[in-house]
Amino acid sequence: MSTKDFVTGMDSNARKAPRRVAFITRRTSAQVKAVDEETLQTFPEVLFRAAVAIEVMAIGLVTMALLFNAPLEGIADPSHTPNPAKAPWYFLGLQEMLHYFPPVVAGVLVPGLVVMALVVIPYFNINIEAEGLFLKDRERRLRIFYIVTGALVLFLVVFRVFVALVPTLIVAAFMILAAQSSPQSPSAFRRYLASKPLSYWIMSWFLFELVVLTAIGTFFRGPGWSWVWPWRS
Amino acid sequence: MAKTVDQYFDDLRDTRVWRSIFRSGTGSSTLKRSLAIQQNVFLHLFATKVRRRMLSFSATWYLGTLTLGTFLMLVVTGILLMLYYHPSVPQAYADTKDLQFVVSSGLFLRNLHRWSAHAMVFLVFAHMFKVFYRGAYRPPREFNWVIGIVLLLVTLLLSYTGYLLPWDQLAYWAITVGSNIASAVPVFGDKIHFMLLGGNLVNANALLRFYVLHCMILPLAAIFFIAIHFWRIRKDGGLYAHQSEPSTLTKTTLAKEAQ
Repeated sequence: MSTKDFVTGMDSNARKAPRRVAFITRRTSAQVKAVDEETLQTFPEVLFRAAVAIEVMAIGLVTMALLFNAPLEGIADPSHTPNPAKAPWYFLGLQEMLHYFPPVVAGVLVPGLVVMALVVIPYFNINIEAEGLFLKDRERRLRIFYIVTGALVLFLVVFRVFVALVPTLIVAAFMILAAQSSPQSPSAFRRYLASKPLSYWIMSWFLFELVVLTAIGTFFRGPGWSWVWPWRS
Repeated sequence: MAKTVDQYFDDLRDTRVWRSIFRSGTGSSTLKRSLAIQQNVFLHLFATKVRRRMLSFSATWYLGTLTLGTFLMLVVTGILLMLYYHPSVPQAYADTKDLQFVVSSGLFLRNLHRWSAHAMVFLVFAHMFKVFYRGAYRPPREFNWVIGIVLLLVTLLLSYTGYLLPWDQLAYWAITVGSNIASAVPVFGDKIHFMLLGGNLVNANALLRFYVLHCMILPLAAIFFIAIHFWRIRKDGGLYAHQSEPSTLTKTTLAKEAQ
């Protein structure tokens, strides 16, 4: 019995699940037997729920707009550079990387690769089948994992990017724990780790780095992009 | 006997004018309710029916719906802000000051626009990660995932171009820092930088370009892709449902299983 939570698409593995083609002659009528499940009318039930969800959020944002003012500083002055000059918060992860790497790497190559990687996710069968990373071919995959992680850690140490090193090591530790776990593990958490595919680990690492780098760029960087403690300013 | 409110509504919906506007006709039968969606140019992007289990909060956290909500709020507050704003130097800053201190509810409008914008960027990211962890990018939904990535980029650009418009120190230097990254693109970097700003520095030309991008080009692009994004949900079989989630089976299916 498979514990997977989905059915793969019809053409995800053509050898195992050949596509079925139905020929319907003119005399017989086509009959489709599909699993029916309970549905709700979009009008009015679903639209009503969506409206309520949006209204609740609107109340929250209106309250925030009444309590907190949007920042407005002095008029733009090209001859006076504030220190530090910070980008909007969602780009501060990028700006933090610009501190360590040349602009062509941190500003062009990395974001370009991230967007490319996100776009291609659904076009690889490995992400569709989503088998646990270390369930098959464990020894070889573990070797590759150690080489790739080792190279990444070395790279981050050489460029002294310790803020990105910490999340990398934490995710790597969980991956090693996943490699030591199996679907038969007594602990539910380890069964969960064992079932997670490669894309899950890469995405979680990306999310972790994104949150950490953005938070550091927002709260922990002061004049000259030096490290500051937000509670000491 | 006095009529109830519902009956007045029914009478209204039966009038010739109402029926000339809404093609679906009156009545609350399932058919009429389906037609209310199907026969409406905006609502027909959605399916007429939705699986009940997809409406539980845990399935989606309503992140897509809420993102649409922030977008609608941004359109409304943005249009109102445009009534008081000139994209020129130094008038842009004076207009922002006026919004802050002179215009009735101007401060509230600007606050709401700003916080909604931050909320939208956050929600778009949250929506993307939620969809990923659910595995909802699986065929046949691949292309809708790609459109989602395009919408993420459009949202970031919308927020980024809007950041310059107050023309204060915060805006000016954030855009200077950000646009310098464009110069790092190999070969074409300086050309892209020049095209984006309409000059070598952030100046009045850059303000006008960012204004046109922010108020015209990018919102139209967003609406275009949002429409496809919603329509594809319907075409790709509705929201992605897990096998393991409890589904309430109808009688026919139960009868079939009993055999």
